[in-house]
Formats: sequence, C-alpha cells, structure tokens
Amino acid sequence: MFEEYLNLAVKAIFVENMALTFFLGMCSFLAVSKKVETAVGLGFAVIFVLTVTVPANNLIQTHLLNEGALTWISPEFAGVDLTFLNLLCFIGTIAAMVQLVEMTTDRFFPALHATLGIFLPLIAVNCAILGGSLFMVERDYDFGESVVFGLGSGIGWFLAIVALASIRERLRYSNVPHGLRGLGMTFVITGLMAFGFMAFGGIQL
Amino acid sequence: MAVKKSEAALDPLFNNNPIALQVLGICSALAVTTKMETSVVMCAAVICVLTLSNLTISLLRHQIPNSIRIIVQLTVIASLVIVTDQILKAYVFEISKQLSVFVGLIITNCIIMGRAEAFAMQNPPSLAILDGIGNGIGYSAILMITAFLRELFGSGKLYGYSVLPTVSEGGWYLPNGLMLLSPAAFFIIGGLIWALRVYKPAQVEMDG
Repeated sequence: MFEEYLNLAVKAIFVENMALTFFLGMCSFLAVSKKVETAVGLGFAVIFVLTVTVPANNLIQTHLLNEGALTWISPEFAGVDLTFLNLLCFIGTIAAMVQLVEMTTDRFFPALHATLGIFLPLIAVNCAILGGSLFMVERDYDFGESVVFGLGSGIGWFLAIVALASIRERLRYSNVPHGLRGLGMTFVITGLMAFGFMAFGGIQL
Repeated sequence: MAVKKSEAALDPLFNNNPIALQVLGICSALAVTTKMETSVVMCAAVICVLTLSNLTISLLRHQIPNSIRIIVQLTVIASLVIVTDQILKAYVFEISKQLSVFVGLIITNCIIMGRAEAFAMQNPPSLAILDGIGNGIGYSAILMITAFLRELFGSGKLYGYSVLPTVSEGGWYLPNGLMLLSPAAFFIIGGLIWALRVYKPAQVEMDG
C-alpha cells in the first residue's frame, strides 16, 4: 500500500513532471521565473492549492458527477450522468479554494500571506491546477491516490520553476544573442531542462 | 472609436502576437503540436471559444459588476468550452481522445481570459469579435508552423500523408525522433520568437 503511494509520488514528481513533460502552468512558469525568491513563493502556493483541490475535485467527481453517483440522495437518480459538468464544477472549486486559502492565510499566517499574496489569485487560472484535476479523472485515481498525486505534481512543478529561476538568474551575466533575449532564451532553456527530465522517463515503476 | 477595426484583427498576427509577445496560451500550444491534424482541431476550437467569449463578455460588459468579473468571465468561458468539448466528442471522437485533457484546458488558456479582461471589457461587440478572431489566428499561426515542422521532420508526414518516405516504409528518410519529443516544441517556438524579433527589432527585451 505504502509502496504504491511512493511509486505514484515519484512518478508525479519526476517521470511525469507537470511543467516539463506536459507543459502545464507554462504561462506563469515563464513569466514568474525571473527571481528565485518569487519562484519559491509561487511554487509553494501551487503545491498547497494542488494538494487541496485534486482530492476535493475527486470527491465531487465520485459523489456528485459520475453516472449513478447521486443514488445517495434517492435511487431514482441512478441513471443521471453529470460528467459533462465537471469542467465547470472543477474551475468553481479551484476558484473557491484559492479564495479560501487566501483568506485563511491572511487571517492566521500573515507572514506567509505577505509572501504569497500576489500569486494566489494568479493560481486560479494556472493550467497545472485544472490539469491536475483532469488527469485525476482520466486516470481514475481514488481518494488516497489523488492526495498523493496532487502533492507529488505540486512538488514537481515547484522543483521545475525553482531550477529555471536559478538558471535565469545566472544567465544575466552571459552574452545572449540580441533577438533571443528574454522569452526566446527562456524557451530554449526550458527545452533543455525538459531533456534532462526525460532521463527519468526510463524508470519503470 | 479608439481602435480601428483593421488593427483589432491584424495586429495580433505579427505586431502583438499572443504567444510570441504577450506570453499567453503557451501550455496548450506545446502539447498538441506533434501532428497537424490535432493542431487544426485545437486551433479551430480556440478560435471559436475566443471569438464567442469575447462577444459574450463584450455584450455583458455594462452589466458585470467589477468585483466579481473574474468569476463571470470564467463561467462564460467554461460553458463555451463544455459545448466545444461535447461537439468534438460527438463528431471527431478519435481526435478528441488524442487531445485528452487539453480541450478542457482551453478554460485556463490565458489568451481567452486575457483578451476578455484586457479587450472585451472595454470595447463594443463588433471590435471584440474581430479581436477574438485576430488573436485566435495569431495563436493558430504559431501552432501550425510548429506542428508543420514537427510532423514533417518527426515522422515524414504532413496531415497524415507521407511526404518524405521513411526508411521503415522502404523510403530514404530517417525520421528525426527528437521532433516528436516535448523539448523540440520549445526549441521551435524559441526559434520562431527569435526570427520574429530579428524581423521586428522593437520587440526585443533588453533586460532579460
């Protein structure tokens, strides 16, 4: 049991890294990676929100949306299939969770809120978060697995953005061709990093 | 009128390309470009959703209270994406399977959200439609070029038809496996951005 979860976590962090194998959350990945400090802040926020929203959406999917899931209200609903509403429900949960996380940290952990403050609203439209929930549905994870998957893919994304930010900080001292500066060069670096992460692809779990 | 109609539609192609300059909508741009076929469907879906969401939000722009505008925008976009997803599943099921979660991810495609927030909230419907089409085409242009290069050199095919006969099928072309892997997409888009900035030097970032 424990071994299974560990496998899933390693897979989510390295082998199927959200940012570098599936290109999810690229917009903020490229935009907020100029400094290591801000990258760390955003990374932690993503870990947190992913760990909360993937299991929450898992509950919504299994107890409200799946075909026959509504039988706990009344047996008449056995034939009701609401899966087509999952996009709308997931984005609603994510937006609500982000708002909730923002209010809770503001109330109880003001220092943390001051560091994460700006990034929290950004996360609502980060594709990595919605992607996490959609992958969870596609791969039929149960509740325990979705907790591990959410946490693991969050950590993977965190590692990727911190690594990219560190490289970009060092890059300031190098002589990049004129037209490639900024965005172009960031793309090339991300490509090279994706290469590195592909080495994990050979791991069989 | 603040913005000319021709500008609203043509600017996003080169001068203000959503992918190359505004850094929007990159997530889906990279993942679906191994084949022309999936890219075409993806582009069509994005253009439709973008145009319709711009139109809807522009029509509603005087009614939406400022404090809850993000949620309203997300709801409009999510509803449009659900309709698109259902249509794709009904008519092109195979491709819809290949695109897997990326159709759903159109919701969080920053181009759509970004244009709704930056353009449709301030401009009349006719301009918003043109802006939607223009940005959709600017996005598609980059996607199609990337898909063209990746499919041609990665598997010797274009839109599923063999162009360069590969060795495994008795031809002469040895496919470049790198092109089918994810890093290739980054290199190609990086290269495209470079080319665009050599052509339009005003877009070069000085501090990066």
